[in-house]
Amino acid sequence: MPEARVIPLRQDGGRPRPRPAPRRASRPGIGSLTERTAAARGVDGDGGHSEEAMDAVAPTTGGELAALPAPKGPTELEARVAAVGEFLQRRLTGRYAVDDFGFDRDLTENVVMPLLRPLYDTWFRVETIGTENVPTSGGALLVANHSGTLPLDALMTTVATHDDLPVPRYLRMLAADLVFGLPGVGAAARKAGHTLACNADAEALLSAGELVGVWPEGFKGIGKDFADRYKLQRFGRGGFVSAALRTGVPIIPCSIVGAEEIYPKIADLGPIARLLGVPYFPITPTWPLLGPLGLVPLPSKWYIEFGEPIPTDSYDPSAADDPMLVFNLTDQVRENIQQTLYRLLAGRRNAFLG
Amino acid sequence: MPEAPSVVLVTGVSRFLGGHLAARLAADPSIERVLGVDTTPPSREMRRRMGRAEFVRVDIRNPLIGKVISTAKVDTVVHASLSGNPGQSGGRSMMMEMNVIGTMQLLAACQRSDTVRRLVVKSTSAVYGASKRDPATFTETTEPKAIPPGGYAKDAVEIEGYVRSFSRRRPDIPVTTLRFVNLIGPRIDTSFVRYFSLPVVPVVLGYDARVQLLHEEDAVAVLERAAAQDLPGVFNVGGAGVLMLSQAIRRAGRFPLPIPQPAVPLVGRFTRRARLVDFSPEQMRLLNFGRVVDTTKLRTEFGFTPRWTTVQAFDDFVAGRGLRPWIDPSRLGQAQDAAVAVARALPTGS
Repeated sequence: MPEARVIPLRQDGGRPRPRPAPRRASRPGIGSLTERTAAARGVDGDGGHSEEAMDAVAPTTGGELAALPAPKGPTELEARVAAVGEFLQRRLTGRYAVDDFGFDRDLTENVVMPLLRPLYDTWFRVETIGTENVPTSGGALLVANHSGTLPLDALMTTVATHDDLPVPRYLRMLAADLVFGLPGVGAAARKAGHTLACNADAEALLSAGELVGVWPEGFKGIGKDFADRYKLQRFGRGGFVSAALRTGVPIIPCSIVGAEEIYPKIADLGPIARLLGVPYFPITPTWPLLGPLGLVPLPSKWYIEFGEPIPTDSYDPSAADDPMLVFNLTDQVRENIQQTLYRLLAGRRNAFLG
Repeated sequence: MPEAPSVVLVTGVSRFLGGHLAARLAADPSIERVLGVDTTPPSREMRRRMGRAEFVRVDIRNPLIGKVISTAKVDTVVHASLSGNPGQSGGRSMMMEMNVIGTMQLLAACQRSDTVRRLVVKSTSAVYGASKRDPATFTETTEPKAIPPGGYAKDAVEIEGYVRSFSRRRPDIPVTTLRFVNLIGPRIDTSFVRYFSLPVVPVVLGYDARVQLLHEEDAVAVLERAAAQDLPGVFNVGGAGVLMLSQAIRRAGRFPLPIPQPAVPLVGRFTRRARLVDFSPEQMRLLNFGRVVDTTKLRTEFGFTPRWTTVQAFDDFVAGRGLRPWIDPSRLGQAQDAAVAVARALPTGS
């Protein structure tokens, strides 16, 4: 059956900032702004729109291109216009593939990632540590601390695993059912490859060899007061550990520093939250005081550290039914993340400058 | 012991699935008699296709069905009449009557019979419901998070309940329950097919469902296999892979028309009144969240792999119906070529 050909808009390169990762060393690719503008302009129109988008951004990339030896055949710009055109054609004719979970690789690669990248690179200046701890292939369960009122930490981690690993990997996150009930958000989450936090889905993804991300603190973690920052909450009921045990995949503790400061939640309006059917309604220094401006996250400096994998394949799959073992492993992961957070915090002088 | 069927009774033969199954069984010389039952006679074309299969006009809600089974010494009953299309079944309450009361009567007749030794029931994956709290794929053992509130899905849940109690009372009769996903193809007529044939397709604003489909030919083949062998159990039946609703609409060359959630029932009423598409509220929820079933059990235990994937089945439907796309793909290609040409002409390019 002929399937959609996925033609990456970005070649191997990515961002202007030099990174130790080998895959971006080869050639400077397309600036993220370029793609974002092109994609945003072109998505609702026909192919004709893309040329204006290209026209508008051409000067910004011109300097970068001038440094290269003159390319033969079609120029960079032409190739880029062609790539955007191909993308739009695929979208308009539905010639792309999604997996059973609704993960749309084409869209994630060409729209979602380019949208998140400026936030990742420029706004939060995320630094990743220990990328060698994430396996380059096979199932693995990434467990991280949750904070920041809105789940930007989760989104930034998806960029981290895609851009900063030696081999890009798509992080398939497990999210609360609240997400999938929200119009727009739920559909976008499915397309970006995320699914409902339940054992069936976690095990299905892990056995398929995917990198799965879980934030076991849930709403207790993301919605905690600013005063409680970097204090890990209870790690759910250990469901993530039993999923890892059943599938025998390693658990990778992931510690995120910086997300706590983006929206400092100083109070919670419970009645309004209940009215809206959300777990909390935060009051931050800027929200709702400044209206929509209050939604702009504070530009804290972020660190994402991937800890050493905790192997689970030495246990029997039936160990998942031993609650004591599950509790112990849960605690071990939690302790590991808490210690790493303290260490990272001790090394940080300023929340915004790093 | 597994025995080849000799007298087969098929319900719902005036509709696509039952009719085509009867035709396929009639073409098999090892089967002695094929009896087709329905309240309305099948179309002429269908009757011709059915060949030597006999049509008995009897309402399965009537105890007469028991007489048909005993006099013809039916040994295999294929209950394929479960319908989710009220337009074809004479309204909603009539559909429920036919579905639920008809099944009860048929099961009662089978329970009395001493010749019946195999029962195949067509059910639907709608029994899983559709909600935000559901896992991405349903296995046969997944409990529905939200029991379907009404309509077709509730009928199916009730029917499966009766089928389960039937197998408790007659453990000697192997029962195959097949939970079909939405059927599609060039010839079948369902609410879903009509929905995609609309010139502008209404969708729920902010939602994009995952859609799993089964080709009509595969559906008939699954029923035929279930009728020919003892394969007791409950099986999900669906094509491999999924399509997003928006993607399917684009592949059909249609335009989606996003409708805010609160206005959805209103639009649903309109399309029903206008006799365009009749979706029950539970089918509308499908447009929000979609539904994908795990077909591992079908492939391993039942031993059937659908020939068409979801995407292939949908493309066959589009091609077979001759749906003309609104946007010509070749025009898109031309637009792209023009864009590249402009880029080449630009002085800033190199």
